[in-house]
Amino acid sequence: MKKLKSLFGSLFDRERLQAWRARAQPAWALVRTYGARLYKYGRIGAREAWIVLQRLPIASLSFARALASPDYAEDLRALHADQFSTPGVGSPRKPAVTPPPPAKAAELEKAPPDSALLLLSLLQKEGRFIDFMQEDVASYTDEDIGAAARVVHQGCARVLREHLHIAPVRTESEGAQVTLEPGFNPTEVRPTGQVVGEPPFTGSLVHRGWRATDIQLPKIATSHDLHILAAAEVEL
Amino acid sequence: MNKPRFAIGIDLGTTHCALAYVESEHCDGEQVEHRQMLIPQLTAPGSVEERPVLPSFIYLPHQDEFKPGDLSLPWPSDPGRIAGTLARNQGTTTPVRLVSSAKSWLCHPDVDRKQAILPPEVPRDVPRMSPFDASVHYLAHLRDAWNGQHPYDPLEEQEVTVTVPASFDPAARELTAEAASAVGIKNLVLLEEPQAALYSWVNDSRGDWRQQVKVGDILLVVDVGGGTTDLSLIAVTEDAGALELTRVAVGEHILLGGDNMDLTLAHLVKQKLKADGIELDRWQVQALTHGCRQAKEALLVDSDLEQVPVVVPSRGAKLIGRSIRTELTREEVEQTLIEGFFPDCEISARPAVRERGALTKVGLPFAQDPGITRHLAAFLSRQADATGDLEGFVEQAHWASFLHPTAVLFNGGVFNAPVLRERVMSVVNQWLGAEDAPPARLLNARDLDLAVACGAAFFAHVRGHGGVRIRGGTSHSYYVGIECAAPAIPGMEPELQALCLVPFGLEEGSDPVQPPQEFGLVVGEPVRFRFFGSSVRREDQPGDLLEEWSSDEFDELEDIQTNLPADHRQQGEVVPVRLQAAVSEVGNLELTAIPLTGQPAEWKVSFNTRSSGER
Repeated sequence: MKKLKSLFGSLFDRERLQAWRARAQPAWALVRTYGARLYKYGRIGAREAWIVLQRLPIASLSFARALASPDYAEDLRALHADQFSTPGVGSPRKPAVTPPPPAKAAELEKAPPDSALLLLSLLQKEGRFIDFMQEDVASYTDEDIGAAARVVHQGCARVLREHLHIAPVRTESEGAQVTLEPGFNPTEVRPTGQVVGEPPFTGSLVHRGWRATDIQLPKIATSHDLHILAAAEVEL
Repeated sequence: MNKPRFAIGIDLGTTHCALAYVESEHCDGEQVEHRQMLIPQLTAPGSVEERPVLPSFIYLPHQDEFKPGDLSLPWPSDPGRIAGTLARNQGTTTPVRLVSSAKSWLCHPDVDRKQAILPPEVPRDVPRMSPFDASVHYLAHLRDAWNGQHPYDPLEEQEVTVTVPASFDPAARELTAEAASAVGIKNLVLLEEPQAALYSWVNDSRGDWRQQVKVGDILLVVDVGGGTTDLSLIAVTEDAGALELTRVAVGEHILLGGDNMDLTLAHLVKQKLKADGIELDRWQVQALTHGCRQAKEALLVDSDLEQVPVVVPSRGAKLIGRSIRTELTREEVEQTLIEGFFPDCEISARPAVRERGALTKVGLPFAQDPGITRHLAAFLSRQADATGDLEGFVEQAHWASFLHPTAVLFNGGVFNAPVLRERVMSVVNQWLGAEDAPPARLLNARDLDLAVACGAAFFAHVRGHGGVRIRGGTSHSYYVGIECAAPAIPGMEPELQALCLVPFGLEEGSDPVQPPQEFGLVVGEPVRFRFFGSSVRREDQPGDLLEEWSSDEFDELEDIQTNLPADHRQQGEVVPVRLQAAVSEVGNLELTAIPLTGQPAEWKVSFNTRSSGER
């Protein structure tokens, strides 16, 4: 009895399904046309939104910075209201306090003297560098100078080893043929001689160059006077 | 409580301190990665640099010597005490204010180690500090350096292992543990330095050590540091199918190291210059020693070099013309170092002992014979039957006149020179060859300078997380001296008996031992016992009473003493007590007196770290 009922039920289902399918056919065609259209414009919209969204960080940063910094806000105002092409140039910033800086070709940064003094004092302490340089070598024999040079070389080499990691710029051996591809970094490699035409240039490596890969200078107490490169010594 | 994140090993050396650590979470089985902490320290007035080691020197500056700000460190510090590179450099020109070799003073039996005695022999107004304070200062420097770099995992909360020489006596170990607890370290363990070197070798092999040694091997660890030579023998045994390491013997405390070698070379060059009519002052000798060290390293590492120039720079600004140039040749270095410090000797050779002058000033008991191989011969002969009572161990041939090592592990910067390693190997193999034993193998260590700190960090890690351990326990058996009741005879000292209190190899954390003998102690009066140690008497059990012994078996250590408080008891009352000994988890020996009558109590018996002059 139960078996029969379930058989009947499934038959009934199949009939209903067929009826449903007949009715759904036109609706399905409608969904497909509109779906394709929706997909097409949706994709275009998403791409545009993505392009815009990529600017979101800089937009929010500018927003936040403009709120926080009056100078920056002034730059932006100049950019939008006065149509200056470069922010910060030409916008008279606080004219009463500072005159507008003249536009410079390039900013030349002045290196702070501290690290130079510090390195000099290290070279003097370990390698007697200043003692050596301050002497007039003309009156000494090469033997005397050679003996002193050993002290200087040993000590200064130790300073370089401990405080600077120095590696050659080019790993090829000197004399090897090297090719400079277009867009090479002229700070790293300097072409000399027949510099004509367009890169790639090919030539022989004359000097491998040096690069400081790491600098570890001692930390200095704020009260310490770095201008004293070596203290005078008084034996009591 | 959370498990500490780091396992830290501190090498508290005679000339250098170093700290290595293991981050326990990042370790997997036998892949234990250790790292070295860079230690910020003053390298010049006003300049702080990070270096891998902290030279163990303290400089006590004059109040006008430096500007106060020039001595500041990255943490609040005492400007009256400078530790590290600046201290060492400053000490070359002003030695009266330099505290050095504090660790050697820490185990000096003739001084009070908590009294301000360093630097020795100084003018009156120079401040001084005690050897104990010096150790505390180095540890505090390391702690502050660590806490600056790991503010959320302070050193006090981590698992810390501090290394001590294997030859440290119980009193010096206790002082080291006390210094560590003075800087707040809570989870402390002490570890012998040669063991730390072996742990470092085990860790570097990443489990491969099981292929490199086999049951029955006897590993000789030769650790020659800047100021001390430390020898240990470690046997490879088996327990339930797994290899085990057991430390079977340690050498005596020998104050002899790499610094002696540099001084010897400087002395040699000084004599050479003197023959040319050039006299050097103290500063120049220091500079010469420095130059000789560099020349030595260059010559010993590069076998093609025949000679290296040594230049003593002028002290004034006139560098050219006033500097003194001389040379150190390969022959001189090999002759002086190899023949002087590693002489080719028989196994029967013994270190020479000179009679000390009657009125010696109190100074460090430096080794009188520089021949490290002779010290080694004496050590191996003395320990001829060290493996006799090891279970399942290949027995030594009965005719062997010394313990035959089968492998050698070197440690200490001195052995960076391959020539010196080869020399020791050839001397040892020659001894072995003479007794028809196979030659010993060389175990290759990776870093001879920093191995102790790395091994200590590894040990701190495996203690908490499981892994290979070196068994050992106490390296000596200990005795108290008991005077016999006998009628006094003029001119004769009363006869002394030795009661065994601590057996050889009593392990950390094992049950305390108690000889059955009773002692009558007087309440309210300090009581002292004479205290002895022996590194060769392995069979004595607690309670054994010895009437006779040969003098080279026993070393007299400082007295031990106890003071029974008078609470609940009458002053002057005689209380029967038993002495009890245990080795704490930290690794130091603890003696207690337990009264047999009245209320149960425990009274600490302390090692006498004060001068033993008033015995």
